[in-house]
Amino acid sequence: MKRNLRILSAEEHVDDGSPSVLQLANDADPLAIEVCLQDIERIDLNFPKFTDGRAYSQAFLLRRRLGFKGDIRATGDVLIDQLVQMERTGFSSAVLREGVDASDAQRQFDRFATYYQGDAVKTAPHFIDKG
Amino acid sequence: MYQYTEFDRQFVHQRAAQYRDQLERWQKGKISEDEFRPLRLQNGWYVQRYAPMLRVAVPYGEISSAQLRVLAKIAREYDAPEADVYKKATETQAQWGTHKLPTHYAHFTTRQNVQYNWIPLSKSADVMELLASVNMHGIQTSGNCIRNITSDERAGIAVDEVADPRPYAEIMRQWSTLHPEFAFLPRKFKIAVTGAAEDRAATGWHDVGLRLVKNDAGEIGFQVRVGGGMGRTPIVGTVLREFLPWNQIMNYLEAVVRVYNRYGRRDNMYKARIKILVKAEGQVYIDDVEEEYRQILEHDGAPHTIPQAEFDRVAASFVPPALADRVYQSAEETEAELQAHAADDVLFARWLQRNVAPHKNPLLRAVTLSFKRRLQAPGDASADQLDIAARLADRFSAGEARVNHDQNLVLPWVHAEDLHALWLAAREAGFASTNVHLLTDMIACPGGDFCALANARSIPVAEAITERYQDLDELDDIGEIDLHISGCINSCGHHHSGHIGILGVDKDGKEWYQVTLGGSDGSDLSGPAQAGKVVGPSFSAAEVPGVIEAVLGTYRDTREIVDGKRENFIDTLRRVGIDPFKTAANAARFARTEEVAA
Repeated sequence: MKRNLRILSAEEHVDDGSPSVLQLANDADPLAIEVCLQDIERIDLNFPKFTDGRAYSQAFLLRRRLGFKGDIRATGDVLIDQLVQMERTGFSSAVLREGVDASDAQRQFDRFATYYQGDAVKTAPHFIDKG
Repeated sequence: MYQYTEFDRQFVHQRAAQYRDQLERWQKGKISEDEFRPLRLQNGWYVQRYAPMLRVAVPYGEISSAQLRVLAKIAREYDAPEADVYKKATETQAQWGTHKLPTHYAHFTTRQNVQYNWIPLSKSADVMELLASVNMHGIQTSGNCIRNITSDERAGIAVDEVADPRPYAEIMRQWSTLHPEFAFLPRKFKIAVTGAAEDRAATGWHDVGLRLVKNDAGEIGFQVRVGGGMGRTPIVGTVLREFLPWNQIMNYLEAVVRVYNRYGRRDNMYKARIKILVKAEGQVYIDDVEEEYRQILEHDGAPHTIPQAEFDRVAASFVPPALADRVYQSAEETEAELQAHAADDVLFARWLQRNVAPHKNPLLRAVTLSFKRRLQAPGDASADQLDIAARLADRFSAGEARVNHDQNLVLPWVHAEDLHALWLAAREAGFASTNVHLLTDMIACPGGDFCALANARSIPVAEAITERYQDLDELDDIGEIDLHISGCINSCGHHHSGHIGILGVDKDGKEWYQVTLGGSDGSDLSGPAQAGKVVGPSFSAAEVPGVIEAVLGTYRDTREIVDGKRENFIDTLRRVGIDPFKTAANAARFARTEEVAA
């Protein structure tokens, strides 16, 4: 699949407390956000451990259910083998954990052309959209 | 069987390539052991007591002879430990009293999968490639994700079927495969589906249990149960929907799993299964699922509604094999011939009665090849035995077999007129034990001889009971009974659902066994799914056969004859209650000092 996810190093990730950036804790309910999403440019979702998959559902709900158009960013324990899952659930950028070799990322996107089920980006499953 | 498309084939090969990439990065030290573990687990690779264990997915239990041959090849060429690994394993297990750790073997599991115990991790990527050559893999056979979907061993051939569950199971398999949002759930997630009136898939014991049903208008749908599971807290699933239209199943499951992913506990591994969430939240969980489902329908546009054309495409793979049309003689002639053989040989008569089941097509039968016999662990198959099973499937069953929940193989397309020839061949192969559903057809996990999680060994207990009960007349007299053995509370041997359950526990570094009575997997014989009750403090391994004997003795003394038929063990137990059985079991303890028995 084509990669749209921006892969950032820790240095490239700016976290300066800008009011247009929303930090959402990993147990927060995205559907209960009280700020107006139109004023938000970026939402950071955190992976305390890469095996904690709650942020995938958060990203899906933000992108698909709430129609958030800004940047959804993965932070925390972000590793190579979860980047494709992040893109598919609606993340648009990911900050690799320190020490992770970014050069291993691209071929993970190149490997599978498409998947069985629909997701936040390509909403139709393979049986509808064989492309 | 489902016919793989080019897309399906490519997908499995790409998955094998992805695994090799991950393995190599781990070998080079680019990813740590902790980072690699969930990746290998989601391809079926555990690291066990002495060596890795591979769990190969057999979707809904259906397997071809070509696939069986590749499994045989893997057993023969790869299921061998390195010398130092095997030396350490045999020396350590000898201290416990195990003197035989078979290599070059495969093992059938209660979830219809196949496991190997000795393949070195360094060869794991080669094995995945070999599996991919026959459309096999280990995708999501472990890890905290949606696992391989299981079904009725008689799916598509059962006489009591509302609808064939296989097309639905296959469509759900595809949906769950590499689902991006549900790859890191709080805990494992198991789905079982059946289309029959009798539940032969233990659906009540699954995270999601699905039963195909018809509504008053004759339309097909699912009864949806959520939140069943064994482990430390055995719970039978709660019905969320009595009737969900069949084409909505994935939209609904998306809601079920999303709410679980968001709110399931992640702070305590033993409370992380969906059963705990459903139990703790009750109606709140159900309301959340229904609201999420409504959003998926109304807001997201129900993207995973199954179109009729897609259902038809998949269902077309499951048409009965052409062989089924072959008829050489009339049903009456066949029946007369079988009866003549049965009159000649009492073993064949017993086999017809125990190992042969009726079929949707009156010309055909479903035949169980028993992998429960002396000198081999329940569900174990050597490389040669797998090859023979493949040959039998080719010769007698249109090249297809099923791995069943009881750790045997079923041949689903056997002509009645071939039964005697099949029996002769199965007997020669050692697959003709006439013990299906009897005491020695027990379920047992690999236990402490292989598994790192086990508290005690299962295989020696199974072996001792098997040795004790070799008399066919005695087995027949005891009748149909489910004996289930697990080496630890993870319950892979389903002890909770056994009429008699045996659970290995560890006390002061020694092996002990807790005995439960009255469990049910939900089959017609066993009644509604429920967990067995503990009879008392645990027993030593040496005491277990005597305890079983005492419990069975109580049954034989108290059973009644109802309508000319002997009451089954489970019915007697339900009728008279657990107490007399408990008393008998506890009286079978060896004399020992109080503090040891505590």
